[in-house]
Amino acid sequence: MTDKNGTRWRWIGIAAVVLVGVLVGTGAYTAQRAQALSYLSNDPKACVNCHIMRDVYDSWQKAPHHAAAVCVDCHLPHDFVGKWLAKAENGWNHSKAFTLQNFHEPIRIHAKNAAILEHNCIGCHQNLIGGVLQAQTSYGQAHAEYAADDKGAHLGCVNCHKDVGHGP
Amino acid sequence: MPRRFPWLALVVGLVAALGTFGVLLLLQNINTRQAEARETVFRVVEITEDTVDPEVWGKNFPLQYDSYKRTVDTVRTRYGGSESFQKLDQDPRLRIIWNGYPFAVDFREDRGHAYMLVDQRQTERVKQFNQPGACLNCHASVVDAFRKAALKGGLPADKVHTSEALFEGFKIINKMPYAEATQLVDHPVSCLDCHDPKTMAVRITRPAFINGIRALAESKDPVPHLPSLERWRQGNRATPYDPNTDASRQELRSMVCAQCHVEYHFAKPDKTLTFPWHNGLKVEQIEQHYKEVGWKDWTHKDTGADVLKAQHPEFELWSQGIHARSGVACADCHMPYTRVGAVKVSNHHVRSPMLGVAQACQTCHRYSEEEIKARVAVIQDRTKKLMDSAEDAVVGLIQAIQTAKAAGASDEALARARELQRSSQWRMDFINAENSQGFHAPQEAARILAEAIDLARQGQLEVVKITPRPTSR
Repeated sequence: MTDKNGTRWRWIGIAAVVLVGVLVGTGAYTAQRAQALSYLSNDPKACVNCHIMRDVYDSWQKAPHHAAAVCVDCHLPHDFVGKWLAKAENGWNHSKAFTLQNFHEPIRIHAKNAAILEHNCIGCHQNLIGGVLQAQTSYGQAHAEYAADDKGAHLGCVNCHKDVGHGP
Repeated sequence: MPRRFPWLALVVGLVAALGTFGVLLLLQNINTRQAEARETVFRVVEITEDTVDPEVWGKNFPLQYDSYKRTVDTVRTRYGGSESFQKLDQDPRLRIIWNGYPFAVDFREDRGHAYMLVDQRQTERVKQFNQPGACLNCHASVVDAFRKAALKGGLPADKVHTSEALFEGFKIINKMPYAEATQLVDHPVSCLDCHDPKTMAVRITRPAFINGIRALAESKDPVPHLPSLERWRQGNRATPYDPNTDASRQELRSMVCAQCHVEYHFAKPDKTLTFPWHNGLKVEQIEQHYKEVGWKDWTHKDTGADVLKAQHPEFELWSQGIHARSGVACADCHMPYTRVGAVKVSNHHVRSPMLGVAQACQTCHRYSEEEIKARVAVIQDRTKKLMDSAEDAVVGLIQAIQTAKAAGASDEALARARELQRSSQWRMDFINAENSQGFHAPQEAARILAEAIDLARQGQLEVVKITPRPTSR
């Protein structure tokens, strides 16, 4: 090992540090451009960063739940861990789909997210509909149906109450 | 130790470079999506009431124009589509039913909007028979031709953009011979026919529709799917109903189509294109109107009955269906909103919803495409079966009358059977001419065809009554 070698490696080390700096810099700029921090909030405006959500955002503003609930109140679990796990998973799926533009239109809710939604309907309206739930189907069964059918064919609350959250 | 660290630096550097490459790609993608979201519209040309050529409009509205141009596409669907096959060869019974009328000579499946003018100039119904300029109301962009004809007819130049000009031109061109009138037009239905060039608002330009919808407003037929008519009826009726001021945008998204996709006749003496809605939109109400004004389309060659020919009553049948009742307009399914970037564009490639189920149906109906298509097929297949029975019954009646006539039955004796031919044939034809194979109002279509079968068989019984029984030995 000579001094000459040492100098060469030192330059490589410096170049690596510079490149990491560039990555961090462009990454931060891109994140800022993409309003990345907004996704950590509960603000519905964050959901409409992507223009594909415009229709649901617009119709939510005119729908009955506008006064009672924002997007995440219905679409994310209310417990801390569940909320951030669902947020991370949907965040990844949505970013990927919107970047690659390879999703089905009109957009449809997936079975897993439909289960979260149903859970939230019941969470708020339990006092009102407890009797109905007991008479018709057990809470557990409602979940089982979601798990069984991932084509979106199910008998959840929004199957009939289509327009409470937002339009089609 | 010093050796290991530099290698690591090389790897870190490489990964960072690749990562940066990826991040910049992503940045570019994000910029593209955000640029889409700004929805910039460039006004590169000025569009006025005199801009007849759709290509000029297309410079300002390239997305709409691109889809409009695609009405040249030719696709065959289960029962219709846009391929111009000869329907008379597919169903020879129609030649018997329409015997003595131009439709028995040439009756093809319609092609797309792009072909409406050229196909009309080429059909044997126009080449072999004398037709009036009234035909052009629905086969050409006729707004400008109406205005010019009105000016030539003495209308003051400052009134050229008024509704009066359209009504005047309408009067003049209706009674012209077709060959002369068709030289006044250059384009199939175009932007100007449905849109106000200043605001792009959807508008009504056809006098025949304005007359027809006024007559409907003045009738007592309930029209819950057209709330502005119901409102007008409850008002003081100081001015006649005017779709351009009274109708909502959603109603207009059906009414613009109802300027042509309707039942009509050319009323005497001036060949005035007339929509027969004076008693209402239902098949028997239209029949009643024709009876009141003493209308017949032709006298049947085999039976001598004065009969009617139905013409694509899409608006009328849709009016009886659940989609109309639910506030769904023609354009919702036939010109569904389609996302292009961030912009929602009404698809001007007007066509069967079955060719774009995702945009046309799935916005409201949350089933798979296959499921939706299967549901439509059930309705159409059932209608087809009823239609076959109805056509057989009508042909049976025609042959029965023909035989009785040949055996010497008098006009007086045949009168009742001929009346029943007119009624049954009218009903069968109403659904046959209607372009949805029953889908626009399945139960109403079934009711009408059931009546057609019943009336035709009643007619055969009438013939039996007047036929002398063979004398017993």
